Amino acid sequence: MPTDTGTIESLANKEYEWGFVTDIDADALPKGLNEDIIREISRRKDEPEFLLEFRLKAYRHWLTMVPPQWANIKHPPINFQDIIYYSAPKSKKKLASLDEVDPELLRTYAKLGVPLAEQKLLANVAVDAVFDSVSVATTFKAKLAEMGVIFGSFSEAVKTHPELVRKYLGSVVPYSDNFYATLNSAVFSDGSFCFVPKGVRCPMELSTYFRINAKETGQFERTLIIAEEGAYVSYLEGCTAPMRDENQLHAAVVELVALDNAQIKYSTVQNWYPGDKQGKGGIYNFVTKRGKCLGQNSRISWTQVETGSAITWKYPSVILQGDNSIGEFYSVALANNYQQADTGTKMIHIGRNTRSTIVSKGISAGHGQNTYRGLVKVLKGAANARNYTQCDSLLLGDQCGAHTFPYIEMKNTTSRAEHEASTSKIGEDQLFYCKQRGIALEDAVNMIINGFCKEVFKELPMEFAVEAQKLLGVSLEGSVG
Amino acid sequence: MPILEIKDLKAGIAGREILRGVNLTIAPGEVHAIMGPNGSGKSTLAQVLAGRDTYVVTGGEVRLNGRDLLELSPEERACEGLFLAFQYPVEIPGVSTSYFLKAALNAVRKYHGEPELDAMDFLKLMKQKMKLLDMDASFLSRAVNEGFSGGEKKRNEILQMAVLDPKLAILDETDSGLDIDALRIVAGGVNSLRGPDRGILLVTHYQRLLNYIVPDYVHVLRDGQIIKSGDKNLALELEARGYGWLEEPAAAH
Repeated sequence: MPTDTGTIESLANKEYEWGFVTDIDADALPKGLNEDIIREISRRKDEPEFLLEFRLKAYRHWLTMVPPQWANIKHPPINFQDIIYYSAPKSKKKLASLDEVDPELLRTYAKLGVPLAEQKLLANVAVDAVFDSVSVATTFKAKLAEMGVIFGSFSEAVKTHPELVRKYLGSVVPYSDNFYATLNSAVFSDGSFCFVPKGVRCPMELSTYFRINAKETGQFERTLIIAEEGAYVSYLEGCTAPMRDENQLHAAVVELVALDNAQIKYSTVQNWYPGDKQGKGGIYNFVTKRGKCLGQNSRISWTQVETGSAITWKYPSVILQGDNSIGEFYSVALANNYQQADTGTKMIHIGRNTRSTIVSKGISAGHGQNTYRGLVKVLKGAANARNYTQCDSLLLGDQCGAHTFPYIEMKNTTSRAEHEASTSKIGEDQLFYCKQRGIALEDAVNMIINGFCKEVFKELPMEFAVEAQKLLGVSLEGSVG
Repeated sequence: MPILEIKDLKAGIAGREILRGVNLTIAPGEVHAIMGPNGSGKSTLAQVLAGRDTYVVTGGEVRLNGRDLLELSPEERACEGLFLAFQYPVEIPGVSTSYFLKAALNAVRKYHGEPELDAMDFLKLMKQKMKLLDMDASFLSRAVNEGFSGGEKKRNEILQMAVLDPKLAILDETDSGLDIDALRIVAGGVNSLRGPDRGILLVTHYQRLLNYIVPDYVHVLRDGQIIKSGDKNLALELEARGYGWLEEPAAAH
């Protein structure tokens, strides 16, 4: 399609909009990793002894591990001694309210479209913002506290609710889980913590916004969400980073725990810097996300829209332990230019009558490589377990790739798993049809892509669905031809 | 001024000439039918006029309301009032018919500097046009052509034509795959869209459609050239005698 290539490429070279750097003094530890660094992180954060023990145990275990090699991604080895593991915006004193947050930081978040000033907030979203390694502000905290909901930075929760942290930290993703999760367990700096007590339906969307700013810094956040019996919470995370030539590491861990009849909905719009058109720079995103449906009739849903990062290695999973519990995974993953995405989910059926649904939409463009990797495992005791998996891939152009690796392990004869997969190319016929009706090429592409992703977008909270659609449009510009 | 003026149009695909000098003029209010055996170039003509870039135009000129059509992109042609009802309407999964049509209508309106229609006005317009084609409201929320029957697809094409209100409508084998009831409904829809300002070009293999949409002129296309033109009676004659009795055109090539 020679003419279309010209049209769209001229529109295309749209830069990554969020690639600016905030000039702010940072209080950083020197590069490299050893026990002293870990002790120093813990000391600066004024942590209780059990946490330092957790970190050191993880670190010592990490030393015995090697990075996983099984994923369908390629990158030069990461030098883990060449990374800064702790960087915090310098502030003179402890912050008591938003008014005391460095205005430069507030401007950064305003530029990113994350309003932290409460009066300007969407009435129904509480935001926790993490800048480099530290949580800088949490909105609506007081209002949530009235209902018994604890929402704020992880570090703060360590101080105010150490018993909860101690009880649940590592209960879903143990410190020894995998190379990157173990690294995170040793060096995690901050993240979000959320606790919704028994019977409470959290009245607003909770949101965390992650921003990597400082150079040569890794971000290792740790998020822990607990929904007690009958509780409900919907949680969203967003992420961006400056454009830099060198790759930066992001290795987060998210743990979710749902007790009897509780429901957690976790949505991600991930837009870390993907690198430039030649594949230089970008974030290496190695993330471990797992939820445990501990109680009966509990439900955990992961919805993710992954448009950023040079490398995405991520398998949000659900352990279906309680009888009748439900796990869901809805994913849109985009790999454009030289991006590589190896993402999917694990559904581990342990309890009886457990059900899981997997809907994965992979879009590959440019030289992008997109892999779906999923495991459905039904253990012996999981009578009547059900799984439905649907994996669709859409290819734009002929330099990209889509790969699907579904693994199914069934140990119970009363259980059933269904798998459907499709691969399609965005059709010239479809584009011509749209254009013949007067719709411009780029609008036609957006429309077709959004149609392709519809089953996933409808799982996102309204305002974020709109955001996700726009993001996908921007990320794909220049990729048709 | 004619709505469509085709002069000595030559076009083909990958070095093979399919249209070898087509001449055709359509004045406002006229309905023309192009008939011809398989492989004569009927659908190629429709696609070339709509701007499908699989085909390369190698000669001639085409004017739409006096404007050079060939220099316009497919979407500009659409906005200038050229509409093609597809022989094989395309499915767009996940995109609702109403969303698609609203995007199309607003793109055309924007092109002409008119304000976009809001959801309420659009719905009103749709309901009115859907009545013409005996379609129920559930159409609007279904994905474009996905899981539609043959008849529903063709009706959907005519619905789009009704909503976009083109100056020139080209209907490519609109009768193919329709049973007699569906044919009646589709033809009724097209007839209601005949008007003094609009030109219609029917591309068809069979005379059957022309019993329902009676053309002012009938042309026979063969080997990429119009070899005979006449009124509706020519179609009846073709039906009775086939294409064989028509001589090869005298022109040397």
